[in-house]
Amino acid sequence: MKEFPTIKQMLTSMAAGETQPSDWTRQSLTNIQKIDGKIGAFLRVNEEQALIHARQLDEMAVRWRKNLVSPSDSTRDLFGIPYALKDNMCTKGVGTTAASRILENYIPPYSATVAEKLTQANGVMVGKTNLDEFAMGSSTENSAFQKTHNPHHLNRVPGGSSGGSAAAVAAGMVPFALGSDTGGSIRQPAAFCGVIGVKPTYGRVSRFGLIAFASSLDQIGPIARTVEDVALVLRQISGHDPLDSTSAPASTEDFTRSLTGEVKELRIGVVRDMNAEGVNDQVKAAIDKAISVLSDAGAQVVEVTLPHSAYAVASYYLVAPAEASSNLARYDGVRYGRRVEGETLLEMYEKTRSEGFGLEVKRRIIIGTYALSSGYYDAYYKRAQQMRTLIRQDFDDAFQKCDVIAMPTAPSPAFAFGEKSADPLQMYLEDIFTIPANLAGLPGISLPCGVSDEGLPIGLQLLGKAFDESTVLRAAYGYEQLRGFVMPFPHGLEG
Amino acid sequence: MEFETVIGLEVHVELNTDTKIFCGCKTSFGNPPNTHVCPVCTGQPGSLPVLNERAVNMAVKAALALHCQINQDCKFDRKNYFYPDLPKGYQISQYDQPIGEHGYLEIDHNGERKRIGIARLHLEEDAGKSQHAADGSHTLVDYNRTGVPLMEIVSEPDIRTPEEARLYLEGIREIMQYCDVSDCRMEEGSLRCDANISLRPVGQQEFGQKTELKNINSFRFVQRGLEYEEQRQREVLAAGGTVRQETRRFDELSQTTLSMRSKEEAHDYRYFPEPDLVRLHIDDAWLAQIRATVPELPMEKRDRYIRQYQLPAYDAGVLTSDLAIGEYFEATVAAGAEPKAASNWVMGDLLGYLNGRGEVLADSRVTPGQLADLIAMIAEGTLSIKQAKDVFKIMCETGRDAKTVVQEEGMEQISDMAALVPLVDEVLAKNSKSVQDFLSGKEKALGALIGQVMKATKGQANPGVVNQILRDRLSALRVEE
Repeated sequence: MKEFPTIKQMLTSMAAGETQPSDWTRQSLTNIQKIDGKIGAFLRVNEEQALIHARQLDEMAVRWRKNLVSPSDSTRDLFGIPYALKDNMCTKGVGTTAASRILENYIPPYSATVAEKLTQANGVMVGKTNLDEFAMGSSTENSAFQKTHNPHHLNRVPGGSSGGSAAAVAAGMVPFALGSDTGGSIRQPAAFCGVIGVKPTYGRVSRFGLIAFASSLDQIGPIARTVEDVALVLRQISGHDPLDSTSAPASTEDFTRSLTGEVKELRIGVVRDMNAEGVNDQVKAAIDKAISVLSDAGAQVVEVTLPHSAYAVASYYLVAPAEASSNLARYDGVRYGRRVEGETLLEMYEKTRSEGFGLEVKRRIIIGTYALSSGYYDAYYKRAQQMRTLIRQDFDDAFQKCDVIAMPTAPSPAFAFGEKSADPLQMYLEDIFTIPANLAGLPGISLPCGVSDEGLPIGLQLLGKAFDESTVLRAAYGYEQLRGFVMPFPHGLEG
Repeated sequence: MEFETVIGLEVHVELNTDTKIFCGCKTSFGNPPNTHVCPVCTGQPGSLPVLNERAVNMAVKAALALHCQINQDCKFDRKNYFYPDLPKGYQISQYDQPIGEHGYLEIDHNGERKRIGIARLHLEEDAGKSQHAADGSHTLVDYNRTGVPLMEIVSEPDIRTPEEARLYLEGIREIMQYCDVSDCRMEEGSLRCDANISLRPVGQQEFGQKTELKNINSFRFVQRGLEYEEQRQREVLAAGGTVRQETRRFDELSQTTLSMRSKEEAHDYRYFPEPDLVRLHIDDAWLAQIRATVPELPMEKRDRYIRQYQLPAYDAGVLTSDLAIGEYFEATVAAGAEPKAASNWVMGDLLGYLNGRGEVLADSRVTPGQLADLIAMIAEGTLSIKQAKDVFKIMCETGRDAKTVVQEEGMEQISDMAALVPLVDEVLAKNSKSVQDFLSGKEKALGALIGQVMKATKGQANPGVVNQILRDRLSALRVEE
């Protein structure tokens, strides 16, 4: 099976006439056909439509080569590049399920803004990837439809909730995919699968068409195999969207410009008081090594504190379920999706939602409903929101002293199926390092920084100031150039 | 025991924006079901609301007209409950930070002016409409109305009689129409009213147990329903009973109120700030811009008409009950008409003519300038009042101006002495009996003589001039005798 080169390399090859768009789409579809039986990353492969689209681009490519307007023309940046979308992003006419029974046969009448943008950039959507139902989970085990296996170790989870997207990229089925990150759902699976995932600043990427889990935390971002690739994709999907009131007025940036390889003078914050007891020793060692690689290259390491991050998980598990309990009220069997008939309206609601939602989704709806109930609102939801403000202030203070903050993405490498799914609290603690960035709305990236003894990838997380993705990407790219090891491609997936 | 009635009204007013509050769908009424819908207003997965700025402008304008303080920094909240006509499972509304609060509306009642407090005015989205099959087998839902912008206006419990309640509601309608933010048609549901009513012994401070009246769909029924409920509660209390806290509805057929549900089933709406919308900030410049669009309000205008035009309160009330009528009246005066005469013509003949045909002022073919000319012709003596009424009718039908009608129909009044004297002499010659009667002291005979002259001129003779000539001639005859 053939691996994908970087996006830049594919574009160069197409510009030179050595390859054409349908070659890459066919490669993606062939790889999916060969190995996704083992991985289970895709809920739906859009084979026919993808090929038709790619052939149209083949014709355009001839004209494009003759008339190369500008190398950074946004309609060229992803020209002919195949990609996958997490199945919680609406695609007009293409089934979108959020990995839930309740939306099993739902076909959206419209496309998410990110899908529109990638289409405008002439990318080719090859399929929709698996996730924890409604993006609630850290292992993709909560999908109502199938398990997704970690390409590096088939008995391990790929992380979640964007496990399908991360596994699809890691296994070489697509050069990039989009995920969504509410409490770490891009970064943690990227870490588990040995790929790169970016959670942009809240408001950087439009949420229009993203099936909401927790509206004030959800953010779409790219997953790919190089920092340059995620930067290219991020540029395409970000920018103000008049259809999303919470999307920031900031226009998109050419993030590739910050990829200088230069880390001198860069101030790397290391958190002193962050809960370290639960962290796996190999993870700790890999993070320490990554920081010393940066510091050896001239980066300055400074200690910072985030005193309120101890309350981040607790706050998150009030705010996110509260919003989810309301966001998921629309799945009532009345207008679309699954309906289970009943004798009365109430019975129809109850049967539809009992059969349509999985256990974890129900658990969160109940937690959230409780947290918003009259008499409990002040004690739970309101205090959790106040805690968010304090956590945000912690970051503001920390970023007075540093440019990026480095820490593990997850406390351990990928765990085994069933290892944590029996204990929700343990599963929730998976997000301990990723949640603070969501609560504070900050950008973050996870990139491979080592491999455990069992051959499992370990992720380094870098966080930055709001709307300062450039610095985060600059630090990540610098590290990627310096780190002196290449993330091994998963073996033995074929046959 | 003497009881005092306490009433508070909760009024919902649909704003007449072109498009819905959170999407671009049209708001027009009476279209085939589910033809003005989109992913946003049907709550498709992943869709997001975007606030319609015009709805904000209108709500602020209405709040200013109700003398509310404007919360320049406010937010939207989600009100969570399940119902098929509520596509998202929550209504986007405003909970603890309404766009306006602490306002008032004045009513004139029994010659006294009374101020009714407005507790709050907030902005929200309307729900769809459910249609239940008669046999209960199924329900159909129309989402055309979903997302139509709605204002909820909540009064303080300052209303003391059912009649005051009706006057308050009419006042709300008048102000909304003046501000051009809603057509307030109760029968189309663009104005809806719920009423809270309780009784307490006179002199007692705390409120009695209240009931809520819902489903009142006309201004008349607001008063009727409350009158019935007031009487019902009075009887319950007088008999030593207690009023049950419940929701009741007005039944048009029996003209009574019937119990719908008790309050124990009250919802917990789990309000929380709407995370899909950013805070609404109305800066000073924006507020000033809206303030500049608030028109003179009906009550102020009424007072001005009485002061400036010396009109009776009744006239001022009728003329200001509708923005267009007031504008027509003032344009007529501006064109030179005497105010009281203009008022009489507008209230009487003009509105009478239009009402008789089921038309409104905008349909009138007579312009204020044309009406002013007609009034001037009466003042000049060119037309008698009676003639003018005939002329006016033709004007209404044809849109021609008074002078043209008079000329074409040969209707001008004859005031010329030279033309009238021979006619008078002829009448005197032919009616010696009446002449004798008059000369012998029967004043009434003069009327008969005038009538004969009018008859001879087909009513065109100026009766004043005829009278004068007749008297001159008759006194000459008396001297001769």
